[in-house]
Amino acid sequence: MTTTAHDKPRAGAQLDNATRLELYRTMVLARTFEEAILREYHADKGPGFDIGKGLVPGEMHLAAGQEPVAAGVCAHLTTDDAVTATHRPHHFAIAHGVDLNKMAAEIFGRETGLGRGRGGHMHLFDPATHFSCSGIIAEGYPPALGQAYAFRSKGTDRVAVAVTGEGAANQGGFHESLNLAALWKLPVVFVVEDNEWAISVPRAASTAVPSNAARGAAYDMPAERVEDNAVEAVFEAAGRAVARARAGDGPSLIEVHTLRLWGHFEGDAQGYRPDLKDVPGRDPIPTYERTLRDAGVLDDAVISQTKQQAQARVEESIAYAKQSPLPDPTDATSYVFA
Amino acid sequence: MTITESPVVPAPRGSHRLTTAKAMVEAIELEMERDPSVFYLGEDVGPYGGIFSSTTGLQDKFGTSRVIDTPISETAFIGLAIGAAVEGMRPIAELMFADFMGVCLDQIYNHMAKIHFESGGNVTVPMVLTTAVGGGYSDAAQHSQCLWGTFAHLPGMKVVVPSNPYDAKGLMISAIRDDNPVVYMFHKGVMGLPWMAKNPRATADVPDAPYTVPIGQANVVRAGTEVTVVTLSLSVHHALDAAESLAGQGIDVEVLDLRSLVPLDRDAILESVAKTGRLVIVDEDYQSFGLSGEVAATVTDVDPAMLRAPVARVANPDVPVPYAHGLEYAVLPRQDRIEAAIHRVARA
Repeated sequence: MTTTAHDKPRAGAQLDNATRLELYRTMVLARTFEEAILREYHADKGPGFDIGKGLVPGEMHLAAGQEPVAAGVCAHLTTDDAVTATHRPHHFAIAHGVDLNKMAAEIFGRETGLGRGRGGHMHLFDPATHFSCSGIIAEGYPPALGQAYAFRSKGTDRVAVAVTGEGAANQGGFHESLNLAALWKLPVVFVVEDNEWAISVPRAASTAVPSNAARGAAYDMPAERVEDNAVEAVFEAAGRAVARARAGDGPSLIEVHTLRLWGHFEGDAQGYRPDLKDVPGRDPIPTYERTLRDAGVLDDAVISQTKQQAQARVEESIAYAKQSPLPDPTDATSYVFA
Repeated sequence: MTITESPVVPAPRGSHRLTTAKAMVEAIELEMERDPSVFYLGEDVGPYGGIFSSTTGLQDKFGTSRVIDTPISETAFIGLAIGAAVEGMRPIAELMFADFMGVCLDQIYNHMAKIHFESGGNVTVPMVLTTAVGGGYSDAAQHSQCLWGTFAHLPGMKVVVPSNPYDAKGLMISAIRDDNPVVYMFHKGVMGLPWMAKNPRATADVPDAPYTVPIGQANVVRAGTEVTVVTLSLSVHHALDAAESLAGQGIDVEVLDLRSLVPLDRDAILESVAKTGRLVIVDEDYQSFGLSGEVAATVTDVDPAMLRAPVARVANPDVPVPYAHGLEYAVLPRQDRIEAAIHRVARA
């Protein structure tokens, strides 16, 4: 078996301007997609708000504000590596390179979608990029172990990244997975997105430790917590973790203190949340834009071009989804078995 | 249940005598030799060889990298099997007792069983989940359940239940080669274990060569004309014992071994009941909302007039399996209960 080619930065790589620009572009593309889904989702839910109505029905968990985690981690991956994401998966799917048209089509429940309209936005499976996600808290961790196991068995240095939220770090599946991965030195990077809220329950009311990185010690696993939703710090931490996994030295755990810019799902009025007023000011994209502008990496022209390109790409995917055929209802029982 | 060993007779050419457990192990061994992507993982499957002898000798032969003892972390290692299967390997994960499904069911029914569907057929999960089922030895309420009806109720996994050495080998080879998740449920009472009472049919001649038993084909293990007994797993043997006993009383019983719940061989059920017009269903699982009702509905959905007598069900009467021997045997579908049910429908 051949090892995979890595055209993206590896551990220890300098965070050069090209990389910084790429992190920014990934974040912008993810945000642009989420904004378009937000628009489309609410376009036809009225009168009032009926969750089952419209071209995009059902629960919708958008990841606006959490882009730094996906951008910083996936910058170290190729599409030969695996990612298992959560019920809030779009930013990771985009950062990992899942085809936007097929993802949008799945969200619109179309026959051309990743799952031919059978999965929906919480159940995206893309064999081309080894991407998947699960609507069940912490339960995306165990399958990532198996992907990592298979990659190692095939003699490659491919890795699996398993993502979950801070609320999931209190689930058994989280702890079973950390123990087994450490015991078998599996090439896994565990990522915890701490957006402070498990739906409506604040972290302080759910978790006995101030940082889930503290839990790495229980499994003799390197673990670190990245504060301030800082994309470059995520990039650096992920670089160390991915390099360790590729080298065969076993798993690592990274918790990122991130931000849920919007509700748990669309329609969540967030009455439980005292920090709502401050939230827009903590948006990581304008923050990073300022950083890069100050560093001379970005100027108005580049920002404008980046956003226009993202917009064009996203609108193309939305149009593709809307033009795609709906699944045939008489075909509802297909695909239960291979 | 008798503890009598089968008489030792030479096996026919090209076959050898095996217990059900050894036939299952032989199937795994043959497939592991043939296909390097097959591996086995679970609790006590290494040097111990499986608590119910499901992996005896395999680690000696294939090493610790392909026959792997896991921590007691069913969610993690069944999930690991799922991820490995998604990447093209063919794992076999052992859940020591089906009763333990409660600690890991999410991986089984929300992931293993649904990924193919949710992906619109783009991702397959070719794995086997082996698990021990059944009572009869006072292991009580948390270690004696069958629960195959529960697995079969949840869409997306095949469910096979061998009753004898020949089927154990052929169904295991089919299960490993299947591109779907297959739950392979072996009753402790059919394994031929030296430390548990066993039916003499737990040892039988098995062909040396690899062969498959198609998943989804029931087997008429005793042909008859007057009453159909539809059953599976250990209950097949109790039904055969009952049929042999009733033959002396002039009742000609056909016994159908389902061999799998998913897919259910509805044609075989209909064919037999069309002939006999009388149906007894014997199921060690809980009676309500399960296999026995499904088998009855298979007939009534097509033609209730096929039945010349009401259907009789011999199943666990919806109670947790008791510990005390007498209590446990009162709820198991034993030969006496089966004979009484056959008498009932034969007279009706």
